[in-house]
Amino acid sequence: MKAFDYVIKDEIGIHARPAGLLVKEAKKFESTITLKANGKSAAATKLMAIMSMGVKSGQTVTVEAEGADEEAASAGMQAFFEENL
Amino acid sequence: MLKLQGKPVYKGVAVGSIVVLKGTDAPVKRSKVQDAQAEIARVDAAIKTAQEQLQRLYDKALKEVGEASAALFEVHQMMLEDDDYVDSIHNMIETEQVNAEYAVSVTGDNFSAMFANMDDEYMQARSADIKDISGRLVRVLDGSADIDWESMDAAIIVADDLSPSETVQMDKTKILAFVTVHGSTNSHTAILARMMNIPALIGVPMDLETIHSGDKAVVDGFAGEVILEPTEEECVKAEAKIKEEQEKVQLLQALRGKETVTRDGRAIKLYANIGSVGDVGYVLENDAAGIGLFRSEFLYLGRNNFPTEEEQFQAYKQVLQTMAGKKVIIRTLDIGADKQVDYFNLGNEDNPAMGYRAIRICLTQPDIFKTQLRALLRAAVYGNLSVMYPMIISVEEVDQIQAIVKQVEAGLIAEQIPYKLPEQGIMIETPAAVMISEELAEKVDFFSIGTNDLTQYTLAIDRQNEKLDTFYNPYHKAILKMIKIVVDSAHKHGKWAGICGELGADPKLTEEFVRMGVDELSVAPSMVLRLRKAIREM
Repeated sequence: MKAFDYVIKDEIGIHARPAGLLVKEAKKFESTITLKANGKSAAATKLMAIMSMGVKSGQTVTVEAEGADEEAASAGMQAFFEENL
Repeated sequence: MLKLQGKPVYKGVAVGSIVVLKGTDAPVKRSKVQDAQAEIARVDAAIKTAQEQLQRLYDKALKEVGEASAALFEVHQMMLEDDDYVDSIHNMIETEQVNAEYAVSVTGDNFSAMFANMDDEYMQARSADIKDISGRLVRVLDGSADIDWESMDAAIIVADDLSPSETVQMDKTKILAFVTVHGSTNSHTAILARMMNIPALIGVPMDLETIHSGDKAVVDGFAGEVILEPTEEECVKAEAKIKEEQEKVQLLQALRGKETVTRDGRAIKLYANIGSVGDVGYVLENDAAGIGLFRSEFLYLGRNNFPTEEEQFQAYKQVLQTMAGKKVIIRTLDIGADKQVDYFNLGNEDNPAMGYRAIRICLTQPDIFKTQLRALLRAAVYGNLSVMYPMIISVEEVDQIQAIVKQVEAGLIAEQIPYKLPEQGIMIETPAAVMISEELAEKVDFFSIGTNDLTQYTLAIDRQNEKLDTFYNPYHKAILKMIKIVVDSAHKHGKWAGICGELGADPKLTEEFVRMGVDELSVAPSMVLRLRKAIREM
């Protein structure tokens, strides 16, 4: 399993549009990707579940990837967060 | 052929095909299905259709209003793809053997409640998005799909009733007439019809289940009659009436460019009431001397978040520039009561007409108010702007408004942003404001009497309640006396007073108003030339 932490910089937190783009990105990989924050967790492929975590600006999200392409998945997600959130 | 009677709110005749608008919040019926798999296939097909609609809306918005507004439709597409949402619908159909519409509607309610209960304002507002996509799916499923205004031909709009947020989305060049089951003579449907100069009937006892989009109809606003599936002869007769009306309008055109003065030389400012930037065309077409009431709500309705200062500034600036130096009186935000907007989170009220609305929202949520004021002060540089404030009941409110305007002004000076302080007045639409109109006249530049609300508050008659239409007497002596008091108070302090309610457009009262000393009448654009004719003959 590969994991990294990321502090949300976006003013509104993980809001609808980046969450939707995140889902698209996560679906590109075979690995199971999970987001954890605020004591909740959600599969990175589920938009409403991610939104309902209510992650705000300044909070830390832990992103875990597990599966055949977990290296690539983790790197891909990290790049996505840096660019969009 | 079927003839139905209703109450005409604007005269005129139209012939054409019907488009039935079904309300988005009509309750969805639950029924048992035999073949759950077939029902699931219907849902999947409907999602695909809804995605295609959203893609078209996205492309259109991207072209017309830019990426920021278009992104909403992209988000809706993403939500419709959500595994949890789709699984929940599938699941409910399989386990409960219910119809697709019901499963979508219940799932939508559940997800929207989940967001509504989050302790984050942004996420709470997303519950409206879930309702929106679920509503879209239900409409696709039951065949009442969204109207594609772009590709449709002009039509007669048939509905149960129309809400302001529905009318705001309409392409007004595509509407021949309105026919509704409910609504009162002062409803928004009626106001819109008068503005656009198109026939409208309300209170028509129709069964919307049996009327289909595409059926032909004749609407006669003179006889208060709608004919469904008319005969050839009835169509010919209606066409002849339409031609006759057009000739009358032609005659009025001779008054374009003429002054609005009585025979003894008194000049009246004859302005027009409008509700969107697109309506400015009607003002110029009918040769009004200015805009006496520009309802700024259009900027707030039919969207999911507050309009930015820049969006507002651009809209006001465009109107001021188009009016090229003619007077433009913009009324600040009058949301609440019968005009509800989801993202304001106003909640339900037992008595909304007397509730949290208009200036009351602006004074308790000054950030919303300041954004609008900043946009107005900046736009004032581009033309002849006046600003007026709605629903005033006290001198203290005027003091508070003036303090906020000062703050806004100071901010603009500090940031070195060009601005101009416009003429500022208030709406007189509460009996309280009438009674203290002398004190108020000292503080403001002008009065504009909103007779619709003033009548409703004075007579204690809810103007949205059609059962009360028989009690509603717009010529009640109390109202005429009040108008006289307001005009006298204004003149005593060297200020001017006008009328911008529906009463101002009533030709039976024009002479009385002019004799009372009313300085300005602001009416539906279609009434401008008729009133000019009446005043010139006085």
